Amino acid sequence: MQLIHCPWCGPREEVEFHYGGQAHIAYPEYPSALSDESWAHYVFFRDNTKGEFAERWSHSSGCRRWFNAVRDTRTYTFLKTYKIGEVAQ
Amino acid sequence: MSSERVDGSSRVDGYGRLDRSRTLRFTFDGQPYTGHPGDTIASALLANGVVVLGSSVKLGRSRGISASWTEDATGLIQIEEPFPEPMLLASAVELVDGMVVRGLNGQGRLAEVPDAARYDRRHHHVDTLVVGAGPAGLRAALAAARRGERVALIDDRPEAGGSLTGSETIDGRSSRHFVASVLADLAEYPDVLHLQRTTAFGHYDDGFVLALERRTDHLPATEAGNRSRQRVHRIRAQRVVVATGAHERPIVFADNDRPGIMLAASARDFLHRYGVLVGREVVLFTSHDGAYDTARDLAAAGASVTVVEARPQGPALEGVRAIPGARVIPGARVISTLADQEHQDGRIGAAVVIDAEGHEFFVNCDALLLSGGWNPTAHLFSHVRGALAYDSQLGAFKPAQSVPGTEVVGAAAGEGIQPGLVIWRVPGPRERQFVDVQRDSTVADIARAVGAGLRSVEHVKRYTTIGTAHDQGKTSGMIAAGITAELMNRPIEELGTTTFRPPYVPVAFAALAGRERGELFDPARKTALHEWHVKAGAVFEDVGQWKRARHYPKPGEDMEAAVLRECAAVRTGVGILDGSTLGKIDVQGPDAPALLDLMYTNMMSSLKVGSVRYGVMCGVDGMVIDDGTVVRLAEDRYMVITTTGGAAKILDWMEEWVQTEWPHLKVKLASVTEQWAVFPVVGPRSREVIGEVFGDLDVSNEAFGFMTWRDTELGGVPVRLARISFSGELAYEVNVNAWYAEAVWLKLLEAGAKHNITPYGTETMHVLRAEKGYPIIGQDTDGTVTPQDLGMGWAVSKKKPDFVGKRSFARAENQNPLRKQLVGLLPTDESTKLPEGSQIVEFAADGVLPAPPVPMLGHVTSSYRSAALGRPFALALLKGGRERIGDVVHVPVGEQLVAAQITSAVLVDPEGARRDG
Repeated sequence: MQLIHCPWCGPREEVEFHYGGQAHIAYPEYPSALSDESWAHYVFFRDNTKGEFAERWSHSSGCRRWFNAVRDTRTYTFLKTYKIGEVAQ
Repeated sequence: MSSERVDGSSRVDGYGRLDRSRTLRFTFDGQPYTGHPGDTIASALLANGVVVLGSSVKLGRSRGISASWTEDATGLIQIEEPFPEPMLLASAVELVDGMVVRGLNGQGRLAEVPDAARYDRRHHHVDTLVVGAGPAGLRAALAAARRGERVALIDDRPEAGGSLTGSETIDGRSSRHFVASVLADLAEYPDVLHLQRTTAFGHYDDGFVLALERRTDHLPATEAGNRSRQRVHRIRAQRVVVATGAHERPIVFADNDRPGIMLAASARDFLHRYGVLVGREVVLFTSHDGAYDTARDLAAAGASVTVVEARPQGPALEGVRAIPGARVIPGARVISTLADQEHQDGRIGAAVVIDAEGHEFFVNCDALLLSGGWNPTAHLFSHVRGALAYDSQLGAFKPAQSVPGTEVVGAAAGEGIQPGLVIWRVPGPRERQFVDVQRDSTVADIARAVGAGLRSVEHVKRYTTIGTAHDQGKTSGMIAAGITAELMNRPIEELGTTTFRPPYVPVAFAALAGRERGELFDPARKTALHEWHVKAGAVFEDVGQWKRARHYPKPGEDMEAAVLRECAAVRTGVGILDGSTLGKIDVQGPDAPALLDLMYTNMMSSLKVGSVRYGVMCGVDGMVIDDGTVVRLAEDRYMVITTTGGAAKILDWMEEWVQTEWPHLKVKLASVTEQWAVFPVVGPRSREVIGEVFGDLDVSNEAFGFMTWRDTELGGVPVRLARISFSGELAYEVNVNAWYAEAVWLKLLEAGAKHNITPYGTETMHVLRAEKGYPIIGQDTDGTVTPQDLGMGWAVSKKKPDFVGKRSFARAENQNPLRKQLVGLLPTDESTKLPEGSQIVEFAADGVLPAPPVPMLGHVTSSYRSAALGRPFALALLKGGRERIGDVVHVPVGEQLVAAQITSAVLVDPEGARRDG
């Protein structure tokens, strides 16, 4: 049971959190301007990185806030967590 | 040959830490025996001369006690009293008065009566957790306590001291004195938690350790009181000190599985802890100096001891060479054993020894003790992916490298273990050389695995089952790896060892479940009217965690009859439903209209205050995820109604967009599901009932139109009414603070009595909505269905520049005319209710299902008997369904093909004439 550092609440047990997929995939500004292929990339395609990976997490059983994390997918180690809108230091 | 023993004859005076002034009675396999407080079942049985406990799982060979604690691979028992429990180790169960015990022949038997004991859980947060109260663990705990840390010290045995027998000297004093003084020091620190009988069974990330405390089993029934039987301690530690000692390693030879064959240090433990001398004529087979402590102590207690020493030069240390009462045969090996001739139960009678010159001879014995060295107990280090490395001096794997936050000390780290000659097995017939004695797995099984081409110890383990029994290979794992390496002719360093995984010892599910069983297993959500439903004889169904009234059968009615009656009452008179479980989200803020325009497929910003609009929500892939109504309460405030099952999911979904994509929107969301009770009053007579109860309100269609809402009050209680219909009938939804739910409900029933108002449940609600072709998201849809597929293109805005899902509607696949669409199905025999989930195939003129593969056209999503139609009907998702209305298809039901005509999904009141009354 890992501890995940919620930027709002501090370290909490991982069962309080939900995973939200790859971070920093912005909703396209003009979806209608995209080709079917580009839109499909936004909807369905995500990286499957081995190593450091920026992810979204939600402290769903706690403060219910979304935040970002950088995690090493090889070791599960959380390298950093940061608030939405912030940049990983 | 062993001598005939009478009860208690194996006890030696002057040894053991028992209370011999008190006698405990127990039975084993129906025979009465006695023991003393401080005994385990194993020590009491051995004291009584009971050597054979049961038989093995596959081969039926006799099994006895082979170790004095949880590393025992063989001494399994079944407890019958005080509570039936299977597959416990005789060595690890403390004796209490009145126990009824049986030996295990192969497999255990679960209790047939419910376990009345309580199990619970406690959380701890500490600076340092020390696992193991042997000398290394005691020192680590005391050092941490002196640094002012918050400390937990846990140990699995009844008393602290680990492997200390009491005969050693530590820091110039007796080891018992050492243990007692450290414990006394620790007791002075308020921030030290010290637990015995507490086994750390799993070590997880970030210093998280689970430990099981056995709290009452060792107590007489009268002293257990109200205590929970077992407790799981969930310990989060900054630093975990693993001081778990080492397990002695046996040596493999033919017929090494007989009762009476035991680990050497366990025999010493039985002597010092319990005053039990496991044999009078003892053979000790070893290859290192450490085992001579056992030879010396057993000889001193009166045994005659023959040491079969594998090293040609004999013991390395001067001091152990001459032990009074013991003879040492250097350069010798035990190659097999013979059964005792007198008892005829398979127990040990003699060891067959081969000496340095190659002469074979028997040595009569009633106990054969083994020690091939020691394996560091590195389980808790290994659980957190600590790397182990082979130490050729020890013949064992020990912790290598480091894991942050975890320290391994003492014998668990390989410290203080005397090196010797590493020997896994002696040559001999492989099929009689047992490696995992509990699993009846032999060297021949390993040879077969290697011969079959398995190259990994993990695969060999699974092929042979070695190390998969209750003991998880505590004594067999290392020798299995060693023998595998030998057979493969590969260095063991390269082969490695199997991974240790939790749990370290078996843990009962009851302990893991704790108090979360029965009613507490999962929370049940009940509406404010739950007790009323119970009294009204409702049959409930689970909808998520909610308990919802499904129907209200009258005497003699089954569900079908009750539902037909309830449906008819709603369509011809008036019915009332408890719809309080619907999800309700309060959406507030100046940007609430903008948010809802983005979340819903249709326009919500144009909704007038005082009005209600049906809305559909999609994922970015354009597939429907929820539907419901949206009530505009003010320019900057809406109430979003979701499905019962979608309530939490949709709130999360909206929060996700607000927080991650549109944080600039000034809008806040809150669940108010529990705050509002909702009662749809439905049917042609509903206006009369509502008009009577809410006399202040003009309930006419002109004043209070469809899809509008009005606030009013009843006896000073604010009530909100909304003209929303999920049945096609004239209907008023009554919304009231849940605290007043029952009072308002009863008023409505009272006023409706003269119209024979009929409470109806979720089943009737489902039938009524299906008759109108209203889909249930998650039943009639499955995540691959668009609003257009449902025939709800009208709910998809063409004006809005964007909303979640919009772009996906333009994808090529979503234009495919053969997409599955929601339609109605009417079985042409007017009697068959099609099973939900049935496949739909083309009509076969000969009435026979064609040979496979049969093209599937779709499936039945909802199916009911209809009072209004007088026949069964169904909703279905069907390829190109709307273009095929009027066609007849076949639905295979069992061996039959049932013909059904495709219709519009709206089967009752297609022109919508009934909703305004």
